[in-house]
Order: sequence, then C-alpha cells, then structure tokens
Amino acid sequence: MSPDGSLAAALRVALPILLAFAAGALVLLALGKNPLDYYTFVFRRGLFSWPGLQETITRSAPLLLIAAGLIVAFRAGIWNLGVDGQFLLAAVVCSAVAPWLIGLLPRWLALAASLAVAAGVGASWSLIPALLKARYGVNEIITTLMMSFLGISLANVLIKLVFRDPTTTVPQTPTLPVPYRLPRLFDTTIHFGVVIALVAILLVHFVMTRTAFGLKLRIVGANPRAAVHAGLPMSGLTFATFALSAALIGMGGAVEILGVHGTVRADWNPAYGLLVIPLVFLARFNGLGSILFVLFFAALQIGGESAARRLGVPHYYVLLLVSLVLLFLAIVEYLDHLTARRRTAV
Amino acid sequence: MTEASAPAIALKGVTKRFPGVVANDAITLEFHPGEVHALLGENGAGKSTLIGLLAGMQQPDAGSIELFGTPARIASPRDALDRGIGTVFQHVLLVPSLTVIENLMLGGRWWRPLGREAALRRFDELSKMLGVQIDPDAPVGRLELGQQQQVEIIRALWRDAKVLILDEPTSMLTPQGVEDLGRVMRRLAQSGVAVIFITHKLREAYAFGDRISVLRLGKLVGQLPPERLRIMSEAAVTNEVIRLMFGQLRGHSEEAETLVGRGRHGPTRAVDRSGPPRLELVEVSTHADAGECALKGLTLSLWPGEVLGVAGVDGNGQKHLAEVLAGQRPVASGRILIDGEDVTHEGVPERRERGLSYVTDERLGEGTVGVMSVATNLVLKEVGRPPLWRNGVTLWDRIHERAREQVARHDIRTPSERTPVGRLSGGNIQKVLLARELGEAARIAVFNKPTYGLDLQNTSLARQRIRESAERGMATLVISTELDELLEVADRIGVMFQGRLVGVVENADEVEESVGRMMTGAAA
Repeated sequence: MSPDGSLAAALRVALPILLAFAAGALVLLALGKNPLDYYTFVFRRGLFSWPGLQETITRSAPLLLIAAGLIVAFRAGIWNLGVDGQFLLAAVVCSAVAPWLIGLLPRWLALAASLAVAAGVGASWSLIPALLKARYGVNEIITTLMMSFLGISLANVLIKLVFRDPTTTVPQTPTLPVPYRLPRLFDTTIHFGVVIALVAILLVHFVMTRTAFGLKLRIVGANPRAAVHAGLPMSGLTFATFALSAALIGMGGAVEILGVHGTVRADWNPAYGLLVIPLVFLARFNGLGSILFVLFFAALQIGGESAARRLGVPHYYVLLLVSLVLLFLAIVEYLDHLTARRRTAV
Repeated sequence: MTEASAPAIALKGVTKRFPGVVANDAITLEFHPGEVHALLGENGAGKSTLIGLLAGMQQPDAGSIELFGTPARIASPRDALDRGIGTVFQHVLLVPSLTVIENLMLGGRWWRPLGREAALRRFDELSKMLGVQIDPDAPVGRLELGQQQQVEIIRALWRDAKVLILDEPTSMLTPQGVEDLGRVMRRLAQSGVAVIFITHKLREAYAFGDRISVLRLGKLVGQLPPERLRIMSEAAVTNEVIRLMFGQLRGHSEEAETLVGRGRHGPTRAVDRSGPPRLELVEVSTHADAGECALKGLTLSLWPGEVLGVAGVDGNGQKHLAEVLAGQRPVASGRILIDGEDVTHEGVPERRERGLSYVTDERLGEGTVGVMSVATNLVLKEVGRPPLWRNGVTLWDRIHERAREQVARHDIRTPSERTPVGRLSGGNIQKVLLARELGEAARIAVFNKPTYGLDLQNTSLARQRIRESAERGMATLVISTELDELLEVADRIGVMFQGRLVGVVENADEVEESVGRMMTGAAA
C-alpha cells in the first residue's frame, strides 16, 4: 500500500471517531456538562494515568477473548449473539471448579484445567444452536439469543442452588484465594489473562488469514453456495465454528474470574457481549484491528465508569459514543464510496 | 406502415459513455408505430444500454430523444411507463408466489385499493389483443416460461403502452414459444404499437422484424428498411447483415455463424463406444425443493472422447442433473458409476479426485466467491491440499505465483491475480472457472450452460475448449438451452423433459426438428 493509501486508511478510522466525539459533545452540552472536562477526565483516567492504564489493560482481557470468538463466527457468516450466556455460564462453572482443582493439582495445572473447563462449558452451550443450524437451517441469531437468556438464568440457578458458598450471606460461588489466581505481570495489577487473550486473538488472526481452516470458514461466510460447490463439509464446519467461537468466549469468562474477581455473585452480568460486537464490526473482523478498538473501548469504559461517579455523566454514555462512531463510520464509508465512483466515472 | 406520421421514438445522436467504453456512440434511429423493429447485435454492442436509456434507467450523455415528435427526457422507469413505453426484460421479473392477476395489480399507487374487477376486464382486453389464453388466477410460478413472458408483456402494455421493448425475449423459450411470441408481436404491431425486438439471432430478426437495425460496438452500422427487407431472401439478408457487422473481414466467419444462430454441425467424429462407458447414471432420482424439478429415474452413459449434449427447456431438471453429477446434491435413489465403480455417495472432493469436474452456469452465484481474489478462486476446490498448503498452513506466495501463470496461459483479463473475481467481466470469470476445472487431471467434464451471457468471442472460445477437450479423450456432458450450441459441439443429443432424459440421438443433419419436438414433450 502506498503511503497515500495508508494515510487514507488511517483517516477513514480517525475521522468517524473525531466526528463521534464532536457529536457526543453536543449531547454532553445538552446534559449541562462541559464536554472538554469530560473527555479530558475520561482519557486521563483511562489512558494517561498509570493505575488507569493498568485497569484498562486488565479490562481488555475478557473483551479480547470475546472479540476473538466473535471474529471466528462472523467470518464464517455465523452470527453468534449468545455471548453473554456462554460467557456467564463458563464463568460460573469455572469459579466453582477452580477452588476445588486448586486442592488437587499444582497451581498452573489447576488454572489451565479451569480454563479448559470454561472453554468446554462455553462450547457446549453453543451445541444446540449449532445442531439446529447444521441439521435444519434454523437461524442462529434467534437460537443463540434464546440460549443466551437461558444461559444467564441457568448461571444464577447454579450459583444459588448448586455452587453456593455456604459461608456467605449473599449467594455467590466459593472464592478462589488471591494467591492462587492468575499471576500478576511484573509489578502491576495486570494479570496473566491478558497474555492469554492476546495470544488467542493473534492466533485467531493467523488461523483466519493463513490456514486452510480459516480460508474454508471465510468461504462459507462469504458465499455458502460456493462452499457447497467446492465440496466443503458444511455441517462439520458449522459445528467447529460454533464450538471454537463459544469456547473462546467461555475462556473470556474464565480469565475475568481467575484473574480479577475470584468468585461470581448471583445476578452479576457485565453484558460484555453486545459491547464487543460493534467493536468487531468497526475492525471489520480483523484481529489486529480489534486489539486497538478493544483497548480504546476499555479505556473509555474505565474512564467513563469513574466519570460517572465524579462528573455525574451516566456510564452508558460510553455506549452512546461507540454507537456514534459506528454511525459515522458508515457515513464516511458511504461518502468515500461515492467519491470513488465519481472518480472512476470521469 | 405509417411512415408519414411522426415516429414513436426518435433518437438523435444519442451517446452514452461508461468508464472505458462508449456504449452508445451518436446513435440516430427511429422507431415507428405499427412496426416490429428488430435490433440486432452481439453482446456488448450497446443494445442493453439503449434499452436502459429508453426505459428511463439511464440518461444519455449527449444527443436527444423525441417521443411522437416532441423532445423528452425520460427521467425514471416510472416516467417511461407514464409516457407509454413498456419494457419486458430478459429475465422474468414477476412474483412467482402471486397469481397472474395479482402480479398485474402490483405497481399501482400504494393508497389505491386493488380493483380486481377492473383489472380482470383489462386483462381480458389485452389477452384478446395478444391472442393468448392464460388463467388469471394461476400462480405465476406454475406457468411455463413462455406464458410468464406473455404475462410480462401484458404488464408492460397495462397502461396503454404505445412502445413495447422486448429485450432478448426468445432466449428462454422453446421453438414453439418463439413462434407464439412472433404471433403476439405481429398482432401488437397491427394494433399500432411500436415494437422494439432486441435479439442476437438473425433468423428471428428476419422472421419477425419489419425493419432490422444492426448495432456493433455501440454504433449503428446499418439498417434494412421494410421496402428492402420485403424483397430480400433470408440468405440475402444474412449476407447483408454479416457484411454490415464484420465488413470485408473474412476471419470472423465463426462469429458470424454464432450470430446467424445456425452454427455448423460439429465434426461427427466416430466415437468408440465399444469399451465400457466412463460415466453411467442408472435410474437416478432426487428430492426437489419447492419450485425445482427433480430427477425422476434418469439414465445415461458417457464414453471417453465424446460430447453428450443435453437439450431442453430450462427447469426440466438440468440443474439437479449437473449437481448430482458434481456430487454436491444427494441422490435419493439410483446409482452413479465412474469407470464402473460406484461413486453414488461420494462428495465433490472424492469425485474430483477421480477426474470429474463441473463448470457451473452460476459463475458468481456458486462458482466463485466474488469478494475473494482471482488467485483464491482458482484454488477454491483444493483448499487445504498440498502442494499449496503445508500442514494446513496456506502458502500464499505459491498460490499467487501459480495464479499468475494461469492468468497468463488462459488470457484472463484482470488487473492482478489479487483482484476480487467479482470485478471481472462474465467472460473472464468463465475463463477462471475453465482454468480451474479443466486442468490436466480432468477426465470427465460437466458443463451447465457454458456460454450463457458471454459475448461472441468468449462463446466461441468456450465451445472450442469443449471440442478440444473431447478430442483429447475427455468424456464431456454439455447441458444447454441453446440448441444451436449443442448442434455445434455435441456428438449425441438428448432432451431433458420433466426430470428424465428422453430420446438420445446422434447429432446428424435434420436433428433439430426431432429434438425440438422432444423439448415440448411431444415424442417422449
């Protein structure tokens, strides 16, 4: 790509973000807040202070794993919208088995086994949508969403009835003692889960762009009829896609528990799923791009959460910003498309 | 013929440019009421652009259009209808699940209640005028293509059209359907409509046209007015049109034959059928989804070195036959044998291993992935196999290198091997498919409508490759709705009718008639 081309590419991402901040400023003004104060605060808190930056990076661990899972599915043209159910169920089962495994196995092995269990739980929760899709062609948007509601409820049932820690008053799973959680990196509060997440998303990027398996998934996603024509095993690939996607998402739940919380309380649901979907779209299902967007969003979220306490701007204002970015991205893309057409038409 | 009155449409120096081409170059042409005006030209001659201008889908860059003597700007398709210009496009644009009369009532203003009684009266009126009989309450999807086209014509005339444009209306019809269409056009002209009949078949232009205009590379290169046309024989018209289209150049004789629509019979080579057949289908049946025609106990044998042509009206099970052979559609009953071995339950990769290749008619629909590169599409059917993949890891450098070779060898016109295949023209996408399917390993080839939508040059190129492959000993099956094509390439011709292959005959002189009869199911 020419330097000219990469500049245009950078502009195509930067312009929508700047426009979204500008439009968001109007909303802040309407709320009677000073946008400059708000933006300065959010970025100082989320990005340009050492504790804030550490929090941002820590937060990005589950988000990156979810993004990795979504990229696998979306590239294959499978709209896995059941993220929250898969995430939460995996988190709950993981938080139940981890303290027990710690008593049986060395720390590293126990953590690895807990991660594997979480991946398996996530994958198993996608089995029914996968079966319905592969066998009967049932639209996975509906089935994964419904399984997600069921998964969230089942997670609460498990916490309250099966895995409940009898020593606490609030229903929650047994707590994994801090020394046994995922190790911290150097002298920071950032845990090892971030490394796992980064490796996972880079691996996904490699698989999707450089391997036969990734190319097959992309063919299925881009033109399913061409996949049939080329003789690709459609139902096998459908199952593999669902399982891989949900397993990565399940691991996202695991690192959040093993690295940060150590336990799941009843009714805890961070609902990361619907937050990550627009980010993955912004990055156009590109793994490397997703890393940047996830970090950007995590910074906004961390900054926005404390801005909610300090400046009184609701924390879901961050979501408004993300949706504005998406909106302006579409507009910029459309204008770009129009001018490109006009240029070739001359 | 009312030559004295103002023409229904007069084009004055109309020019339309697209990036890189002048699609219509200063065309001056008149269409008269009461006349069937045949517009002749190969694909890419600018016929479709001209229709686009008249139907209000595009605006000319230069020149003007006059309607009944007054300059007009046809702003939109709706505007064209308001001005009395009705268009019937090449592909049927009706809602198959709705009935005939429901389809005709579509397109009114949304706030108007549907007036069934009035619609039925109008329908009867137009049916009488055209001399056709169609049940107004039949779902359109159940009608034959010829009848669907008649419904399209009625719809185009619905609002008192004074000009009717028919874009390649015969391409989907049986010989009988073509005759019916000719009669309908005649009656329309007699009632004072200006009929514009676009075709690339000279024979039809001669049979149905009062006047013939010839387009070539966006220019009007000549016209045969009624007074000349009436006194000329078919052979004289043929010679004249070929002279107009190709000038004095003799090198284009093959293209001319395609145009005339009477390609020479293929060299009737003596095919050795004493050995075992390479491919056999025994009583093969399939399950059909709604709107498809399944196979119902189809049997055929194909020997090395021969081309078996499968004729028939579209929708008689051709698609299922092709897919069953390729291995991408399960067989409900019956057996498929390659070299005597049962391959009934083998999938696409296994059959490809045995040397069977399939060139689909849906080049972008299923043959390629439009957003992916030419290079990727060239290896679409060998993803994951060595030598282009090692342990599942893609060797992109090798793939691109081989793609560059193939692009050069097969003269695929593409900016680069990394260009998305969807950006190429139909002819070049077909070259990508041929390059992929007709490699050294291919021993059996199945072609479905191999020249559908291609221009003359690519058409003759594709037919040439089919003949060459057969001469090298390949067993070839060509499915086509163009009988002329099969007469040119096939050694034997069979007809698909309602899921069966009826009456396989040697491709000899005078075979057209019997095949044509079988296409209607008359002599099954």
